[in-house]
Amino acid sequence: MKEFILIFRHEDGHKVASPEQIQIWMKQTMDWVGGIAAQNKFVEGNGLPFDDSRVVWHNNVVTNGPFGDIKETIGGYIIVKANSVDEAVEFAKGSPVLQGDGNSVEVRQIAQRDSIH
Amino acid sequence: MKQPELIPHLFRTEFRKITAVLCKLFGIAHIEIAEDIASETFLRAIETWPYKGIPENPTAWLYTVAKNKAKNYIRRDQVFTGKIASQIKHTLSGIEEIEIDLSEQNITDSQLQMLFTICHPSISTEAQIGLALRILCGFGIDEIANALLTNKETINKRLFRAKDKLRTEKVKIEFPGAAEINKRLETVLTTLYLLFNEGYYSESRDTVLREDLCLEAMRLTYLLAENEHTSKPVVYALLSLMCFQSSRFEARKNANGEMILYQDQDETLWDQELISKGMYFLNISAQGDKISKYHLEASIAYWHTIKEDTHEKWENILQLFNQLLQIEYSPIAALNRTYALSKANGKAAAIIEAEKLGLTDNHFYFTLLGELYKGIDDDKARKNFQKALSLAKTQTDKQTIQKKIDIL
Amino acid sequence: MKDFLLIYRMNYDAIPVGTPEQMAAMTKRWMDWIAEIAAKNKLADRGNRLATSGKVVRADNVVTNGPYTEIKESIGGYSMVKAGSYDEAIELAKGCPILSVGGNVEVREVSVL
Repeated sequence: MKEFILIFRHEDGHKVASPEQIQIWMKQTMDWVGGIAAQNKFVEGNGLPFDDSRVVWHNNVVTNGPFGDIKETIGGYIIVKANSVDEAVEFAKGSPVLQGDGNSVEVRQIAQRDSIH
Repeated sequence: MKQPELIPHLFRTEFRKITAVLCKLFGIAHIEIAEDIASETFLRAIETWPYKGIPENPTAWLYTVAKNKAKNYIRRDQVFTGKIASQIKHTLSGIEEIEIDLSEQNITDSQLQMLFTICHPSISTEAQIGLALRILCGFGIDEIANALLTNKETINKRLFRAKDKLRTEKVKIEFPGAAEINKRLETVLTTLYLLFNEGYYSESRDTVLREDLCLEAMRLTYLLAENEHTSKPVVYALLSLMCFQSSRFEARKNANGEMILYQDQDETLWDQELISKGMYFLNISAQGDKISKYHLEASIAYWHTIKEDTHEKWENILQLFNQLLQIEYSPIAALNRTYALSKANGKAAAIIEAEKLGLTDNHFYFTLLGELYKGIDDDKARKNFQKALSLAKTQTDKQTIQKKIDIL
Repeated sequence: MKDFLLIYRMNYDAIPVGTPEQMAAMTKRWMDWIAEIAAKNKLADRGNRLATSGKVVRADNVVTNGPYTEIKESIGGYSMVKAGSYDEAIELAKGCPILSVGGNVEVREVSVL
């Protein structure tokens, strides 16, 4: 079994949702993650709030997010167990993030755990 | 209390106290000596009391005899005195001065320190449970074998090996230091949780014994909660879970010992006092910043104490299971989560999720699928129930499933 | 103390292929850097390196090969650090070896899902 990270990419981190909308997304996300965990395929996951995010560059330059010339922002990620990238993609398809216009989920295999990045 | 009941009663409550205190004094290497002295003390009571009558204060009598036997042992056994008692001597300047402290405080501390010793990561969980039952709960080997559905020989071997391991590992009888207490406490709580579950879910026909197991697990958890070293939110969470579960003890089985499912239970049989205790402990457990699986399971158990079927109830249970599964997967949690999903999000959504679980060697899985298909596709419901029936092992499970097929 | 995710990004197509000695030297710099954070007891999770290829899933089940075609930069890996504030996490990120080869580190506070 391999591990894959599913990265939630929001087209525009500046968009503000209503509290009600956020609550619906929260439930959908928890149900989606719970469903993966119920198959014993969940490893870990975290949300990444947009506020205060920063990017550190060469020569100690620090900029505010969103990042560079794109508005796209990462909203969170989960790591899943899957036998293939296709199985991981199937999990990704259920992500409530995809309901947002222009949003996407990036699926990347985690390299063998070693001492470097 | 009459004499015939008095000695077994005292054995159950005092044997473990004497053993823990003596073992703490002698060190884990001499655990059998501690047990022997405690046993001999009770033997003396059985021999003496019928002729001389029951002493005015039976417990104090037992403690005096145990103390004398312990002192005699130290004096008599040269090897023991030379090698082991030197430490005791060193600190207490002479055998005559040995203080065998059977005060309430020392009994509690010794028992808790023994609990940490017994729940040492070097020995298997099943051996931990066996040792806890023997040393900390005062269960006889027969009772342990009966409760764990195995035989005397297996238990004896298991306990022997475990004690041997504790000896070779030179495990100290003490509270772990601040740096490792949380990690060690985790093992202790796992053992207590399993001990409780042995009692709660046991197939053993002996209801009294099963209840005793639960009560002992609760007693030890309560001791942890009361002690300054171990009074942590996670301990209260486990205690809360045990209270909520125990509150349904009476309602879970009918007169024939058959299991009554939650939705069919008579809630007037639920123990309201235990439910309010559970809520009290759950509140205390919320003080920490870490949510353990016991917090989540206790909260799930809390919602189950509300019989009324509301959307709020099932939505909360679903979210708690979603969180629980992220911390620790188990097939039973996956199935319960899917049941909660059917209550909160509807059967159609739950069927899709259930089919993905693929727990095809588990009769509960097919029972759940049967339940979900009921009223949507009764033919599929029947097929799933029949599959469940073919996989079920115990008579109780088979009866429960057969009833479901019959009413389809 | 909060958890912060450090996301390592760079244009992986632009990495010059180094000699084995250069690669080993880079590996050592990474290890030293991570070890330094760990020695301060600020490392929550060493994290992972990600394989360079991947997929992107969009609405309506559109799946493309990724990571990302429209931007040159992609995520190479991540670590989790413990810090009292954003500023402290940023200070930790400033030591990352990726910065010397044209990459950057995104610093994000973590919230439990």
